[in-house]
Amino acid sequence: MEKLTIKAKLENLNNVTEFVDSQLEQMELPMKTQMQIDLAVEEIFVNIAHYAYSPEDGMAIIEVELTEDPRVVITFIDSGKPFNPLANEDPDITQTADERKIGGLGIFMVKKSMDKVSYEYKDGHNVLTIEKKLEAITE
Amino acid sequence: MEITQEKNGSSLILHISGRIDTKTAPELEAVVRAALAELTELVFDLGETAYISSAGLRILLLAQKQMNRQGTMKVINVSQELMDIFEVTGFLNILTIA
Repeated sequence: MEKLTIKAKLENLNNVTEFVDSQLEQMELPMKTQMQIDLAVEEIFVNIAHYAYSPEDGMAIIEVELTEDPRVVITFIDSGKPFNPLANEDPDITQTADERKIGGLGIFMVKKSMDKVSYEYKDGHNVLTIEKKLEAITE
Repeated sequence: MEITQEKNGSSLILHISGRIDTKTAPELEAVVRAALAELTELVFDLGETAYISSAGLRILLLAQKQMNRQGTMKVINVSQELMDIFEVTGFLNILTIA
C-alpha cells in the first residue's frame, strides 16, 4: 500500500491525482475506468479541501492499495470536522434543467461509478474509502 | 484547459480543450457569465475536452438554465467518455447534444 500525506488545499489536487494515477499506471486501465477514478479522487479531495478544516488548514492522507483480484482501494483520511458526504441526498436526475439544482453532483458521481463507497468516523478521523474492480492485466 | 471563443453577433462557440476540473472551471465560468446575457445561441465544443468533473457540469447546467429563457444551447463533439458522465448524471435529458 502506498500513502501520500498532503495539505488539504485545492492547489494540491493535481498532486493527489498524479499520485493515484502513478499507482495505477502498471494496470493500463481503459480510459473510462481511469476517468471514473480521477473523478472520484477529485470530488472527494476537493470536499476535504473545502470543508474539513475550513477556515483553518489541515492535512489529508490518501492511501492506495491494489489487490490481487484485482481491485483498487483508495482511502481518504482527514482529522477535520466529522462529516459524512455520503449522507447527502442524491440529486433527482430525472428533473428538467430548470428544476435541477446546481451542485450536489460530485459525490453522486462517485457513488455511481465506484463499486463500493464507505464512510466512518473513527478516532477523530473522517475515513472515506472507495473501491473499484479493475480488469485483469492482459499479457 | 484552454478556451477558444468564436463570437458572431449574439452567437458564441466555445472550443474547450484539456480538463475541466475544480481548478480550471472558474475560468470557464467567468467566460460564460461574461458573455451569457447577450447570447441567443451558445455552443460548447467539447471535441478536445479530455475530462469534466462536477465543477464543469454545474457550468453547463447554469448556462442551460439561462439559455432556456433566451435562446438555444448545444453541446457538440462529445466523446464516449464524456457521454458516459452525462448519462450517469442525467445530463443527457437536460443538454442538447449534437
